[in-house]
Amino acid sequence: MSSSNNLLLEAKGITKYFGTITALENVNLKVRAGECLGVVGDNGAGKSTLMKVLSGLYKPSAGSLHFQGKEEVLESPRDSQNLGLEMVYQDLALAGNLPIGENIFLGREPTKNLGLLKFLDFKKIKELTDAHLGKLKINVKSADQKVEELSGGQRQAVAIARSTAFDAKVVIMDEPTAALAIKEVGKVLDLINSLKKTGVGVIVISHRMDDIFTVCDRVMALFQGTNFAEAELSKTSRDEVIGWIMGKK
Amino acid sequence: MVEEKDKKSESLYLKLIPYFDKYGILLLLLLMILVMHILQPDVFLSWRNVTNVFKQISWQSMLALGVFMVIVTAGIDLSVGSIMMLSLMILAIVAKAGAPWFIVVITPLIAGFLCGLINGAGITFLRMPHPFIMTLGTLYIFRGTGNLISGGTPISGFTDEVRYLGHGRIDLTWLGLEKSQYLPVSLVLIAVVYFIFWIFMNHSRTGKWIYAIGGNPNAARASGINVNKILIIVYSLCGFLSGIGALILAGRADSGYPNAGLQSELDAIAACIIGGASFFGGRGTVLGVFAGVMIMGILRNGLNLMDVSSFWQQVLIGSIIVLAVYIDVLRRDLSTRK
Repeated sequence: MSSSNNLLLEAKGITKYFGTITALENVNLKVRAGECLGVVGDNGAGKSTLMKVLSGLYKPSAGSLHFQGKEEVLESPRDSQNLGLEMVYQDLALAGNLPIGENIFLGREPTKNLGLLKFLDFKKIKELTDAHLGKLKINVKSADQKVEELSGGQRQAVAIARSTAFDAKVVIMDEPTAALAIKEVGKVLDLINSLKKTGVGVIVISHRMDDIFTVCDRVMALFQGTNFAEAELSKTSRDEVIGWIMGKK
Repeated sequence: MVEEKDKKSESLYLKLIPYFDKYGILLLLLLMILVMHILQPDVFLSWRNVTNVFKQISWQSMLALGVFMVIVTAGIDLSVGSIMMLSLMILAIVAKAGAPWFIVVITPLIAGFLCGLINGAGITFLRMPHPFIMTLGTLYIFRGTGNLISGGTPISGFTDEVRYLGHGRIDLTWLGLEKSQYLPVSLVLIAVVYFIFWIFMNHSRTGKWIYAIGGNPNAARASGINVNKILIIVYSLCGFLSGIGALILAGRADSGYPNAGLQSELDAIAACIIGGASFFGGRGTVLGVFAGVMIMGILRNGLNLMDVSSFWQQVLIGSIIVLAVYIDVLRRDLSTRK
């Protein structure tokens, strides 16, 4: 399916140490527009660390990130967001005490100016939220509902809505279906497929082979912090990918 | 059909909960006012007594507001009483040195702000495991410094300009009221400061981020919010408000004295808790803090009017803290019912 060769994001030789622990060693990764890359690996293989490096939360000890062909140094998640690189965290990274709309726009709230003072534009937040949720066909009672009142699937949907509210070019999802009921999984996977159609590059980290084989075009495996194997989805099988996770080729 | 009816009453019930959540504490406050009025019908709601209550809570209300913002971030500031004492002592020394009043007035604000900045910087840069530890340290450091610079003795006697915020009166005789029916400047100050901070907490980005940090600091960080910067702002503002408290106290007491603000950090925390702020962060309102301060002020005032010993006041305030939080627990049980 990677019909477009439009390379969006490339990580070259990413290495990350935490003290004496080597979490990642010389890891490479590529995502093209409209493509979904699956990243698999056992617990501790370095998947989450890699994603945190890509989102600017961690600074790599060595290696470089290239976005649309240009090398970028990410100092904070704000930098990656400005490039159009969004992350959906496994723990969802939502503030339960705030309403849906304020979570979606957290850190980037629209404001209206009154002289030198800036005030939050609650009306605009609500309008934009309703429009965006409608576009993604996400059903919630109201944009004013607090996130802590939502179900797991609704929270995941809000987290994905949050990642795509600002013209994202690459969306990274960490275990997007891990906490969901079965009927909610399908909805989230549909959402990923519709993102791909709009030309967004998607990276999905998942343990679930069903997810990988439903939405991904390519799959890569990490093992003990290194690139272990990679293949087009059409050229591999579930059993082979499961073998990779366990370190067998 | 029955089910539909059930749904309807349920939805009405669910609609009422947010209002109860928001304004329940005001009901408690009104109830207290009513009870006090019944117990002391001649005195309690008299002009003199009402203004007295506001004068008594004036500086505490500043500390409580500062501590409230800190509590919303899931932090704590134990040093506000000491910040106020140190700011007061600096004010007293500057005043005694003969500085003009506008300099004297501004010193406690700057001193308070800087003390708060030290707290914030310690919590973020020194990576203290919990704000409790940093501010426990500065509770001793600031009070000790206040005693060092003043020699541990009171410094008294300020000019009228310096005392204006704490002691000033706004004459209302032009409204046809009597001379004794004046408006304390400190009451106006409370209203203005609380209004500004209400706007700040509810209608500014920074205010929203303060709530977000209390709700989930990881979410805030992942959203590109500079959490450390916001925390430093919050602790600095808390110190600044303690500085305003010092200025008010200077006016009320006409003296800088070593025991100023002793244990008042606990009163400030109590007011926040009674007002519905959650220790786990992210929850609470400016209006709630105001109600909390008022409840404590009215309780003390009412018990004084009835000649109840101050020992009983301590017991009652403690009981109200436990009761208020228990009501909050029950309320949360109701509102999370699915």
